[in-house]
Amino acid sequence: MKLDEVPQDHSSTYGGHSKLVYAVDASGHYQGTQSDGWEPEAYATQLAVAELETQEAEAEAAWRRGELSPLKCLMYRYRMDEPALAQIAGLWQWRVRRHFRPDIYRRLNPALLARYAEAFGLPVEELRRYQKELP
Amino acid sequence: MNAFEHRQSAHCESGVMASLLTHAGLPMSEPMAFGLASGLAFAYLPIVKLGGMPLIAYRMPPRHLIKTLSKRLGVRLTSRTFANPEQGRIALDAALDSGRLAGLQSSVFWLPYFPPEMRFHFNAHNLLAYGREGNEYLLSDPVFEAPVRCAAEDLQKARFAKGALAAKGLMYYLDDVSPEQDWQRLIRTSVLSTARILDGMPLPWIGIRGIGHLASRVEALDPTNTKYNRLYLTHIVRMQEEIGTGGAGFRFMYASFLQEAGEKLGDATLQEASVRMTAVGDDWRQFASACVRASRSKGESPNFTPIADMLRDIAGQERVLMKELGAWAKRKG
Repeated sequence: MKLDEVPQDHSSTYGGHSKLVYAVDASGHYQGTQSDGWEPEAYATQLAVAELETQEAEAEAAWRRGELSPLKCLMYRYRMDEPALAQIAGLWQWRVRRHFRPDIYRRLNPALLARYAEAFGLPVEELRRYQKELP
Repeated sequence: MNAFEHRQSAHCESGVMASLLTHAGLPMSEPMAFGLASGLAFAYLPIVKLGGMPLIAYRMPPRHLIKTLSKRLGVRLTSRTFANPEQGRIALDAALDSGRLAGLQSSVFWLPYFPPEMRFHFNAHNLLAYGREGNEYLLSDPVFEAPVRCAAEDLQKARFAKGALAAKGLMYYLDDVSPEQDWQRLIRTSVLSTARILDGMPLPWIGIRGIGHLASRVEALDPTNTKYNRLYLTHIVRMQEEIGTGGAGFRFMYASFLQEAGEKLGDATLQEASVRMTAVGDDWRQFASACVRASRSKGESPNFTPIADMLRDIAGQERVLMKELGAWAKRKG
Protein backbone atom coordinates (compact mmCIF):
# COMPACT_ATOMS: atom_id res chain seq x y z
CA MET A 1 0.00 0.00 0.00
CA LYS A 2 1.35 3.39 -1.00
CA LEU A 3 0.85 6.51 1.09
CA ASP A 4 -1.66 7.97 -1.37
CA GLU A 5 -3.62 4.69 -1.37
CA VAL A 6 -4.20 4.78 2.40
CA PRO A 7 -7.99 4.98 2.69
CA GLN A 8 -9.56 8.07 4.27
CA ASP A 9 -13.22 7.08 4.16
CA HIS A 10 -14.27 8.90 7.38
CA SER A 11 -15.84 5.70 8.74
CA SER A 12 -18.31 6.31 11.56
CA THR A 13 -17.16 3.03 13.14
CA TYR A 14 -13.86 4.72 14.06
CA GLY A 15 -15.81 7.17 16.22
CA GLY A 16 -13.83 10.15 14.94
CA HIS A 17 -10.50 8.48 15.65
CA SER A 18 -7.75 7.49 13.24
CA LYS A 19 -5.79 4.28 13.11
CA LEU A 20 -2.12 3.96 12.38
CA VAL A 21 -1.19 1.93 9.31
CA TYR A 22 2.13 1.32 7.57
CA ALA A 23 2.53 2.35 3.94
CA VAL A 24 5.35 3.09 1.53
CA ASP A 25 6.26 6.53 0.17
CA ALA A 26 7.19 7.28 -3.45
CA SER A 27 10.70 5.89 -2.94
CA GLY A 28 9.36 2.65 -1.45
CA HIS A 29 10.24 3.56 2.13
CA TYR A 30 7.86 2.46 4.90
CA GLN A 31 6.37 4.91 7.35
CA GLY A 32 3.47 5.04 9.75
CA THR A 33 0.49 7.12 8.69
CA GLN A 34 -3.07 7.65 9.84
CA SER A 35 -6.25 6.38 8.24
CA ASP A 36 -9.67 7.59 9.36
CA GLY A 37 -11.57 4.66 7.93
CA TRP A 38 -11.90 2.12 5.16
CA GLU A 39 -15.30 1.57 3.64
CA PRO A 40 -15.22 -2.27 3.27
CA GLU A 41 -14.05 -2.62 6.87
CA ALA A 42 -16.78 -0.27 8.11
CA TYR A 43 -19.37 -2.27 6.16
CA ALA A 44 -18.23 -5.49 7.85
CA THR A 45 -18.33 -3.90 11.31
CA GLN A 46 -21.74 -2.34 10.78
CA LEU A 47 -23.17 -5.59 9.49
CA ALA A 48 -21.99 -7.40 12.63
CA VAL A 49 -23.39 -4.67 14.89
CA ALA A 50 -26.69 -4.66 12.96
CA GLU A 51 -26.96 -8.43 13.37
CA LEU A 52 -26.57 -8.12 17.14
CA GLU A 53 -29.11 -5.28 17.21
CA THR A 54 -31.65 -7.38 15.31
CA GLN A 55 -31.17 -10.25 17.73
CA GLU A 56 -31.50 -7.84 20.65
CA ALA A 57 -34.72 -6.37 19.25
CA GLU A 58 -36.22 -9.85 18.74
CA ALA A 59 -35.26 -10.90 22.26
CA GLU A 60 -36.66 -7.68 23.69
CA ALA A 61 -39.98 -8.20 21.89
CA ALA A 62 -40.17 -11.73 23.28
CA TRP A 63 -39.38 -10.38 26.74
CA ARG A 64 -42.24 -7.85 26.47
CA ARG A 65 -44.58 -10.61 25.37
CA GLY A 66 -43.50 -12.60 28.43
CA GLU A 67 -41.98 -15.43 26.38
CA LEU A 68 -38.39 -14.85 27.42
CA SER A 69 -36.54 -13.58 30.46
CA PRO A 70 -34.61 -10.30 30.05
CA LEU A 71 -31.29 -12.15 30.06
CA LYS A 72 -31.27 -12.95 26.35
CA CYS A 73 -31.99 -9.36 25.38
CA LEU A 74 -29.34 -8.03 27.77
CA MET A 75 -26.87 -10.62 26.48
CA TYR A 76 -27.12 -9.24 22.94
CA ARG A 77 -27.23 -5.64 24.18
CA TYR A 78 -23.87 -6.15 25.86
CA ARG A 79 -22.38 -7.79 22.76
CA MET A 80 -22.30 -11.38 23.95
CA ASP A 81 -23.55 -14.72 22.75
CA GLU A 82 -24.46 -17.78 24.83
CA PRO A 83 -20.93 -19.23 25.18
CA ALA A 84 -19.54 -15.80 26.09
CA LEU A 85 -22.23 -15.07 28.68
CA ALA A 86 -21.85 -18.53 30.20
CA GLN A 87 -18.11 -18.09 30.47
CA ILE A 88 -18.27 -14.58 31.90
CA ALA A 89 -20.97 -15.47 34.42
CA GLY A 90 -19.18 -18.73 35.26
CA LEU A 91 -22.16 -21.00 34.49
CA TRP A 92 -22.83 -23.93 32.21
CA GLN A 93 -24.47 -22.95 28.93
CA TRP A 94 -27.48 -25.13 29.63
CA ARG A 95 -28.10 -23.21 32.85
CA VAL A 96 -27.91 -19.90 31.03
CA ARG A 97 -30.40 -21.19 28.46
CA ARG A 98 -32.66 -22.38 31.26
CA HIS A 99 -32.52 -18.92 32.81
CA PHE A 100 -33.91 -17.53 29.55
CA ARG A 101 -37.29 -18.99 30.61
CA PRO A 102 -39.35 -16.30 32.38
CA ASP A 103 -40.75 -18.66 35.04
CA ILE A 104 -37.24 -19.84 35.97
CA TYR A 105 -35.87 -16.31 35.90
CA ARG A 106 -38.49 -15.05 38.37
CA ARG A 107 -37.24 -17.58 40.93
CA LEU A 108 -33.50 -16.92 40.49
CA ASN A 109 -31.72 -16.31 43.77
CA PRO A 110 -29.80 -13.09 44.43
CA ALA A 111 -26.39 -14.78 44.14
CA LEU A 112 -27.10 -15.89 40.57
CA LEU A 113 -28.61 -12.52 39.69
CA ALA A 114 -25.45 -10.86 41.01
CA ARG A 115 -23.34 -12.92 38.59
CA TYR A 116 -25.42 -11.72 35.66
CA ALA A 117 -25.41 -8.16 36.99
CA GLU A 118 -21.63 -8.19 37.11
CA ALA A 119 -21.37 -9.68 33.62
CA PHE A 120 -23.54 -6.88 32.19
CA GLY A 121 -22.13 -4.16 34.46
CA LEU A 122 -25.63 -3.40 35.78
CA PRO A 123 -26.84 -2.89 39.37
CA VAL A 124 -28.36 -6.09 40.71
CA GLU A 125 -31.52 -4.18 41.74
CA GLU A 126 -32.30 -3.66 38.08
CA LEU A 127 -32.25 -7.40 37.39
CA ARG A 128 -34.33 -7.97 40.52
CA ARG A 129 -36.89 -5.40 39.37
CA TYR A 130 -37.22 -7.30 36.07
CA GLN A 131 -38.25 -10.36 38.07
CA LYS A 132 -41.44 -8.52 39.00
CA GLU A 133 -42.11 -6.29 36.01
CA LEU A 134 -41.58 -6.12 32.28
CA PRO A 135 -39.43 -3.34 30.75
CA MET B 1 14.37 8.36 33.58
CA ASN B 2 13.08 10.54 30.77
CA ALA B 3 9.49 11.68 30.50
CA PHE B 4 7.30 9.11 28.81
CA GLU B 5 6.34 9.82 25.24
CA HIS B 6 3.17 8.34 23.77
CA ARG B 7 3.47 6.78 20.33
CA GLN B 8 0.52 5.63 18.27
CA SER B 9 0.85 2.07 16.99
CA ALA B 10 -1.01 -0.15 14.60
CA HIS B 11 -1.29 -3.05 17.02
CA CYS B 12 -1.58 -3.03 20.80
CA GLU B 13 0.92 -5.68 21.89
CA SER B 14 3.76 -4.69 19.55
CA GLY B 15 3.08 -1.03 20.35
CA VAL B 16 3.31 -1.58 24.10
CA MET B 17 6.53 -3.56 23.76
CA ALA B 18 8.11 -0.97 21.43
CA SER B 19 7.20 1.82 23.87
CA LEU B 20 8.46 -0.08 26.92
CA LEU B 21 11.79 -0.88 25.25
CA THR B 22 12.27 2.61 23.84
CA HIS B 23 11.53 4.14 27.22
CA ALA B 24 14.04 1.79 28.86
CA GLY B 25 16.79 2.94 26.49
CA LEU B 26 16.60 0.49 23.58
CA PRO B 27 15.04 2.46 20.71
CA MET B 28 12.66 0.16 18.90
CA SER B 29 10.05 0.76 16.21
CA GLU B 30 6.76 -1.07 16.36
CA PRO B 31 7.40 -3.17 13.19
CA MET B 32 10.84 -4.12 14.58
CA ALA B 33 9.25 -5.31 17.84
CA PHE B 34 6.63 -7.26 15.87
CA GLY B 35 9.19 -8.85 13.54
CA LEU B 36 11.78 -9.71 16.19
CA ALA B 37 9.08 -11.44 18.21
CA SER B 38 8.03 -13.43 15.10
CA GLY B 39 4.49 -12.14 15.45
CA LEU B 40 3.31 -12.92 11.92
CA ALA B 41 1.17 -16.02 11.45
CA PHE B 42 -2.07 -17.36 10.11
CA ALA B 43 -4.49 -19.69 11.85
CA TYR B 44 -7.98 -20.87 11.09
CA LEU B 45 -9.44 -22.32 14.27
CA PRO B 46 -12.90 -23.79 13.70
CA ILE B 47 -13.20 -24.99 17.31
CA VAL B 48 -12.78 -21.56 18.86
CA LYS B 49 -16.00 -19.73 18.06
CA LEU B 50 -16.53 -15.99 18.05
CA GLY B 51 -20.21 -15.20 17.75
CA GLY B 52 -20.68 -18.62 16.13
CA MET B 53 -17.89 -18.01 13.61
CA PRO B 54 -14.42 -19.63 13.52
CA LEU B 55 -11.48 -17.70 14.89
CA ILE B 56 -9.19 -16.50 12.10
CA ALA B 57 -5.91 -15.07 13.36
CA TYR B 58 -3.21 -13.33 11.37
CA ARG B 59 -0.68 -13.23 14.18
CA MET B 60 0.57 -15.30 17.08
CA PRO B 61 -1.69 -15.64 20.13
CA PRO B 62 -1.84 -12.93 22.83
CA ARG B 63 1.20 -12.62 25.13
CA HIS B 64 3.42 -14.31 22.51
CA LEU B 65 5.05 -11.02 21.51
CA ILE B 66 5.74 -9.99 25.10
CA LYS B 67 7.30 -13.30 26.07
CA THR B 68 9.25 -14.01 22.88
CA LEU B 69 10.66 -10.53 22.52
CA SER B 70 11.78 -10.36 26.16
CA LYS B 71 13.49 -13.70 25.83
CA ARG B 72 15.28 -12.89 22.59
CA LEU B 73 16.50 -9.51 23.80
CA GLY B 74 17.64 -10.94 27.12
CA VAL B 75 15.35 -8.58 28.99
CA ARG B 76 14.03 -9.41 32.45
CA LEU B 77 10.25 -9.51 32.18
CA THR B 78 8.21 -9.35 35.37
CA SER B 79 4.56 -10.19 34.93
CA ARG B 80 1.95 -10.70 37.61
CA THR B 81 -1.67 -11.71 37.66
CA PHE B 82 -3.92 -11.29 40.65
CA ALA B 83 -6.60 -13.47 42.20
CA ASN B 84 -7.82 -10.48 44.15
CA PRO B 85 -8.66 -7.36 42.09
CA GLU B 86 -7.92 -5.05 45.00
CA GLN B 87 -4.35 -6.39 45.19
CA GLY B 88 -4.03 -5.77 41.46
CA ARG B 89 -4.96 -2.13 41.98
CA ILE B 90 -2.52 -1.73 44.88
CA ALA B 91 0.32 -3.31 42.88
CA LEU B 92 -0.35 -1.04 39.90
CA ASP B 93 -0.43 2.06 42.12
CA ALA B 94 2.82 1.02 43.78
CA ALA B 95 4.51 0.46 40.41
CA LEU B 96 3.34 3.83 39.09
CA ASP B 97 4.29 5.66 42.27
CA SER B 98 7.81 4.28 42.02
CA GLY B 99 8.04 5.79 38.53
CA ARG B 100 7.57 2.61 36.55
CA LEU B 101 5.81 2.20 33.25
CA ALA B 102 3.43 -0.74 33.51
CA GLY B 103 1.97 -2.78 30.68
CA LEU B 104 -1.58 -3.97 31.37
CA GLN B 105 -3.82 -6.51 29.72
CA SER B 106 -7.49 -5.57 29.71
CA SER B 107 -10.84 -5.98 28.04
CA VAL B 108 -11.76 -3.63 25.22
CA PHE B 109 -15.43 -3.64 26.16
CA TRP B 110 -15.10 -1.88 29.52
CA LEU B 111 -12.73 0.89 28.44
CA PRO B 112 -14.97 3.95 28.15
CA TYR B 113 -12.67 5.86 25.80
CA PHE B 114 -13.26 3.30 23.02
CA PRO B 115 -15.91 4.33 20.47
CA PRO B 116 -19.07 2.22 20.98
CA GLU B 117 -18.82 0.37 17.67
CA MET B 118 -15.27 -0.78 18.41
CA ARG B 119 -16.21 -2.19 21.81
CA PHE B 120 -16.49 -5.95 21.96
CA HIS B 121 -15.54 -8.64 24.44
CA PHE B 122 -11.88 -9.04 23.65
CA ASN B 123 -9.90 -9.50 26.84
CA ALA B 124 -6.39 -9.43 25.43
CA HIS B 125 -5.98 -5.75 24.70
CA ASN B 126 -2.68 -4.26 25.85
CA LEU B 127 -2.04 -0.75 27.05
CA LEU B 128 0.46 1.17 29.16
CA ALA B 129 -0.16 3.01 32.39
CA TYR B 130 2.34 5.81 33.02
CA GLY B 131 0.85 7.70 35.94
CA ARG B 132 -2.19 8.59 37.98
CA GLU B 133 -3.90 11.78 39.04
CA GLY B 134 -6.62 11.74 41.67
CA ASN B 135 -9.05 9.00 40.75
CA GLU B 136 -7.83 8.75 37.17
CA TYR B 137 -5.12 6.75 35.50
CA LEU B 138 -2.98 8.22 32.76
CA LEU B 139 -2.90 5.64 30.00
CA SER B 140 -1.05 5.32 26.77
CA ASP B 141 -3.32 3.13 24.68
CA PRO B 142 -1.17 2.27 21.66
CA VAL B 143 -3.96 2.27 19.11
CA PHE B 144 -5.08 5.81 20.01
CA GLU B 145 -3.60 9.02 18.64
CA ALA B 146 -3.01 10.61 22.05
CA PRO B 147 -2.75 9.52 25.71
CA VAL B 148 -6.08 9.00 27.45
CA ARG B 149 -7.42 9.13 30.98
CA CYS B 150 -9.53 6.45 32.56
CA ALA B 151 -11.42 6.41 35.86
CA ALA B 152 -10.07 3.89 38.38
CA GLU B 153 -13.33 1.87 38.54
CA ASP B 154 -13.48 1.51 34.76
CA LEU B 155 -9.88 0.37 34.45
CA GLN B 156 -10.43 -2.05 37.30
CA LYS B 157 -13.45 -3.56 35.55
CA ALA B 158 -11.50 -3.82 32.28
CA ARG B 159 -8.48 -5.47 33.91
CA PHE B 160 -10.55 -8.03 35.75
CA ALA B 161 -13.21 -8.80 33.13
CA LYS B 162 -14.00 -12.50 33.03
CA GLY B 163 -14.41 -14.76 30.04
CA ALA B 164 -12.16 -16.08 27.28
CA LEU B 165 -8.51 -14.93 27.58
CA ALA B 166 -9.32 -13.29 30.92
CA ALA B 167 -6.46 -10.98 31.88
CA LYS B 168 -6.75 -11.54 35.64
CA GLY B 169 -5.26 -8.08 36.02
CA LEU B 170 -2.05 -9.00 34.17
CA MET B 171 0.58 -6.32 34.73
CA TYR B 172 4.11 -6.45 33.34
CA TYR B 173 7.26 -4.40 33.14
CA LEU B 174 10.80 -4.78 31.84
CA ASP B 175 14.17 -4.54 33.59
CA ASP B 176 17.79 -4.94 32.51
CA VAL B 177 17.23 -3.67 28.98
CA SER B 178 20.58 -3.62 27.24
CA PRO B 179 21.00 -1.20 24.29
CA GLU B 180 23.72 -3.50 22.90
CA GLN B 181 22.12 -6.21 20.79
CA ASP B 182 23.41 -8.70 18.26
CA TRP B 183 21.06 -7.63 15.46
CA GLN B 184 22.43 -10.13 12.96
CA ARG B 185 21.55 -13.06 15.23
CA LEU B 186 18.22 -11.57 16.39
CA ILE B 187 16.94 -10.94 12.90
CA ARG B 188 17.99 -14.34 11.58
CA THR B 189 16.46 -16.20 14.50
CA SER B 190 13.17 -14.35 14.25
CA VAL B 191 12.89 -14.62 10.45
CA LEU B 192 13.62 -18.35 10.61
CA SER B 193 10.99 -18.77 13.30
CA THR B 194 8.37 -16.93 11.21
CA ALA B 195 9.23 -19.04 8.16
CA ARG B 196 8.69 -22.16 10.25
CA ILE B 197 5.40 -20.96 11.73
CA LEU B 198 3.97 -20.01 8.34
CA ASP B 199 5.42 -22.83 6.29
CA GLY B 200 6.40 -25.79 8.37
CA MET B 201 3.59 -26.71 10.72
CA PRO B 202 2.16 -30.17 10.17
CA LEU B 203 -1.38 -28.95 10.89
CA PRO B 204 -3.90 -28.07 8.21
CA TRP B 205 -5.19 -24.93 9.98
CA ILE B 206 -1.93 -23.19 10.80
CA GLY B 207 0.23 -21.08 8.52
CA ILE B 208 0.01 -21.24 4.75
CA ARG B 209 -1.92 -24.51 4.84
CA GLY B 210 -4.46 -22.67 6.94
CA ILE B 211 -4.89 -20.08 4.18
CA GLY B 212 -5.55 -22.95 1.77
CA HIS B 213 -8.05 -24.36 4.23
CA LEU B 214 -9.87 -21.02 4.43
CA ALA B 215 -9.95 -20.96 0.61
CA SER B 216 -11.72 -24.32 0.50
CA ARG B 217 -14.19 -23.19 3.19
CA VAL B 218 -15.03 -20.09 1.14
CA GLU B 219 -15.43 -22.16 -2.02
CA ALA B 220 -17.73 -24.60 -0.21
CA LEU B 221 -20.22 -21.88 0.84
CA ASP B 222 -23.75 -22.66 -0.29
CA PRO B 223 -24.79 -19.82 -2.67
CA THR B 224 -28.45 -20.10 -1.58
CA ASN B 225 -27.62 -19.38 2.06
CA THR B 226 -27.26 -15.63 1.51
CA LYS B 227 -27.48 -14.43 5.08
CA TYR B 228 -24.89 -16.84 6.45
CA ASN B 229 -22.51 -16.18 3.55
CA ARG B 230 -22.72 -12.47 4.16
CA LEU B 231 -21.94 -12.87 7.86
CA TYR B 232 -19.16 -15.35 7.16
CA LEU B 233 -17.37 -13.24 4.55
CA THR B 234 -17.62 -10.03 6.55
CA HIS B 235 -16.42 -11.95 9.60
CA ILE B 236 -13.20 -12.75 7.72
CA VAL B 237 -12.85 -9.07 6.84
CA ARG B 238 -13.34 -8.02 10.47
CA MET B 239 -10.75 -10.50 11.71
CA GLN B 240 -8.29 -9.24 9.11
CA GLU B 241 -8.84 -5.50 9.07
CA GLU B 242 -10.60 -4.45 12.25
CA ILE B 243 -9.31 -6.91 14.83
CA GLY B 244 -6.06 -7.55 13.00
CA THR B 245 -5.28 -3.90 13.54
CA GLY B 246 -3.08 -2.19 10.99
CA GLY B 247 -4.79 -3.83 8.05
CA ALA B 248 -3.97 -6.65 5.63
CA GLY B 249 -3.52 -9.07 8.50
CA PHE B 250 -0.22 -7.52 9.68
CA ARG B 251 1.48 -8.11 6.30
CA PHE B 252 2.39 -4.43 5.86
CA MET B 253 3.84 -4.28 9.34
CA TYR B 254 5.99 -7.31 8.62
CA ALA B 255 7.11 -5.82 5.31
CA SER B 256 8.13 -2.69 7.20
CA PHE B 257 10.12 -4.88 9.59
CA LEU B 258 11.89 -6.63 6.70
CA GLN B 259 12.82 -3.27 5.22
CA GLU B 260 14.19 -1.93 8.51
CA ALA B 261 16.06 -5.19 9.16
CA GLY B 262 17.50 -5.11 5.64
CA GLU B 263 18.76 -1.56 6.21
CA LYS B 264 20.25 -2.47 9.56
CA LEU B 265 22.19 -5.40 8.14
CA GLY B 266 22.75 -3.86 4.70
CA ASP B 267 21.15 -6.93 3.17
CA ALA B 268 19.45 -6.72 -0.22
CA THR B 269 17.58 -10.04 0.15
CA LEU B 270 15.49 -8.65 3.02
CA GLN B 271 14.80 -5.42 1.14
CA GLU B 272 13.57 -7.38 -1.82
CA ALA B 273 11.47 -9.62 0.43
CA SER B 274 9.91 -6.49 1.91
CA VAL B 275 8.75 -5.31 -1.52
CA ARG B 276 7.15 -8.68 -2.18
CA MET B 277 5.53 -8.83 1.25
CA THR B 278 3.98 -5.43 0.51
CA ALA B 279 2.51 -6.89 -2.68
CA VAL B 280 1.06 -9.77 -0.66
CA GLY B 281 -0.47 -7.25 1.76
CA ASP B 282 -2.06 -5.43 -1.17
CA ASP B 283 -3.54 -8.75 -2.31
CA TRP B 284 -4.97 -9.38 1.17
CA ARG B 285 -6.74 -6.03 0.95
CA GLN B 286 -8.07 -6.88 -2.51
CA PHE B 287 -9.37 -10.10 -1.04
CA ALA B 288 -11.15 -8.17 1.74
CA SER B 289 -12.74 -5.87 -0.85
CA ALA B 290 -13.89 -8.89 -2.86
CA CYS B 291 -15.47 -10.47 0.24
CA VAL B 292 -17.42 -7.28 0.94
CA ARG B 293 -18.47 -6.95 -2.72
CA ALA B 294 -19.81 -10.51 -2.68
CA SER B 295 -21.71 -9.81 0.55
CA ARG B 296 -23.27 -6.72 -0.95
CA SER B 297 -24.35 -8.14 -4.26
CA LYS B 298 -28.04 -8.84 -4.36
CA GLY B 299 -29.93 -10.84 -6.93
CA GLU B 300 -27.68 -13.11 -8.99
CA SER B 301 -26.17 -15.98 -7.01
CA PRO B 302 -22.55 -15.18 -6.21
CA ASN B 303 -19.63 -17.28 -7.36
CA PHE B 304 -17.13 -17.86 -4.57
CA THR B 305 -14.47 -19.62 -6.66
CA PRO B 306 -12.67 -16.39 -7.72
CA ILE B 307 -12.45 -15.31 -4.06
CA ALA B 308 -11.03 -18.68 -3.05
CA ASP B 309 -8.55 -18.45 -5.92
CA MET B 310 -7.36 -15.07 -4.62
CA LEU B 311 -6.57 -16.77 -1.31
CA ARG B 312 -4.75 -19.63 -3.01
CA ASP B 313 -2.69 -17.13 -4.95
CA ILE B 314 -1.80 -15.33 -1.70
CA ALA B 315 -0.89 -18.65 -0.09
CA GLY B 316 1.38 -19.48 -3.04
CA GLN B 317 3.17 -16.14 -2.82
CA GLU B 318 3.66 -16.40 0.92
CA ARG B 319 5.01 -19.93 0.57
CA VAL B 320 7.66 -18.91 -1.97
CA LEU B 321 8.60 -15.92 0.15
CA MET B 322 8.85 -17.92 3.36
CA LYS B 323 10.97 -20.60 1.68
CA GLU B 324 13.40 -17.94 0.52
CA LEU B 325 13.48 -16.17 3.87
CA GLY B 326 13.99 -19.46 5.67
CA ALA B 327 16.89 -20.33 3.37
CA TRP B 328 18.35 -16.84 3.89
CA ALA B 329 18.15 -17.17 7.66
CA LYS B 330 19.93 -20.52 7.61
CA ARG B 331 22.60 -19.58 5.07
CA LYS B 332 24.84 -17.48 7.29
CA GLY B 333 24.51 -16.99 10.95
